[in-house]
Amino acid sequence: MSAALNNAVAFDTALLELHARLRTGRITLPLRSDEDVVALRRHVRERAVAIALSLVDQTKLVTAASELARNTIKYGGGGEAHLDALEDGFKRGVGLIFVDNGPGITDLDMALRDGYTTGGGLGLGLGGSKRLVDEFDIDSRPGEGTAVSVVKWKR
Amino acid sequence: MERIPILRMGDLLLVTIQVDMHDRLAMTLQDDLTERIVRDNAKGVLIDISALDLVDSFIGRMISNTAAMARVLDAQTVVVGMQPAVAITLVELGLTLHGVKTALNVEKGMALLGKNHF
Repeated sequence: MSAALNNAVAFDTALLELHARLRTGRITLPLRSDEDVVALRRHVRERAVAIALSLVDQTKLVTAASELARNTIKYGGGGEAHLDALEDGFKRGVGLIFVDNGPGITDLDMALRDGYTTGGGLGLGLGGSKRLVDEFDIDSRPGEGTAVSVVKWKR
Repeated sequence: MERIPILRMGDLLLVTIQVDMHDRLAMTLQDDLTERIVRDNAKGVLIDISALDLVDSFIGRMISNTAAMARVLDAQTVVVGMQPAVAITLVELGLTLHGVKTALNVEKGMALLGKNHF
C-alpha cells in the first residue's frame, strides 16, 4: 500500500527533495484511524528525543504532527506518514511527510489562513502547524492528493 | 469501550487525564462530563492535564467546549497543571482556550472553584 500511495502522484517540492538528499533513516506509518494518530505522535516523540530536541521543540513537533495527521485522515481520506531522520553536516533534524490521495486543496493560500476550515474544525491545523516547525512545504494536486512536508532542526 | 474516569467530590467533578487521548476518547469525555454535571448536580469541574504532554487543536477545542457546556449548565470549569512546553505550543498554534479558567495545580484549582460557590 505504501508504494502505491507514493507512486500514484509524483509530488515534487524543494523540501521533499531535501528530505531525499539528507535522509539517513525512515519509518512509514499508516494514517487511517484515531489510533494511528496516537501511534504517530509516539514515534515522532521518540525521534525527537533521539536527536535531543528541547522539550519545547519536541512538543511543537509532536503537536504539528498531530494536526497534519488529522488533516490527512479527515480531508485526505487517509494516507501515510514518513518519519525521516535528517543529517546535514553536523545539523540533525526530524522530517515528516504526510501523503494522501484525497481531493487535494484548491486554494492553498486560503487553507493556510488561520480560522479557515471546510471541515468544521478550528482552522488552525495547517497555518498553526507551519508556525510550530522550521520548514514547511505543501504540494497539492486537485483530484490527486496532497503531500505536506515539515522539518524541525536541532538547535 | 475506553473511558476516562470522572470522580465526584461533593459538588465537584474531578478528571485526571493520564493517557494520550485520541479524538474519539476526547469526545467521549466531553459527553460524559456534560452528562455527569446534570446527573450529579455538579457546580464545578476540575480537569487535571498535568500528565498530558500535548494539547493540539482538537483536545483544545474539547476543553473549550466542555467549559462552555458546563457554564450553560451552571457549573464552573478549571483546567489545572498545564506543562510549560504545552502552554508555549498551544499559544503558538493559535489556541488561547478563551473562556477557560486555569490554575497551576489541583490545590489552586480547587480554591478557585471553592471561592465561587462555597
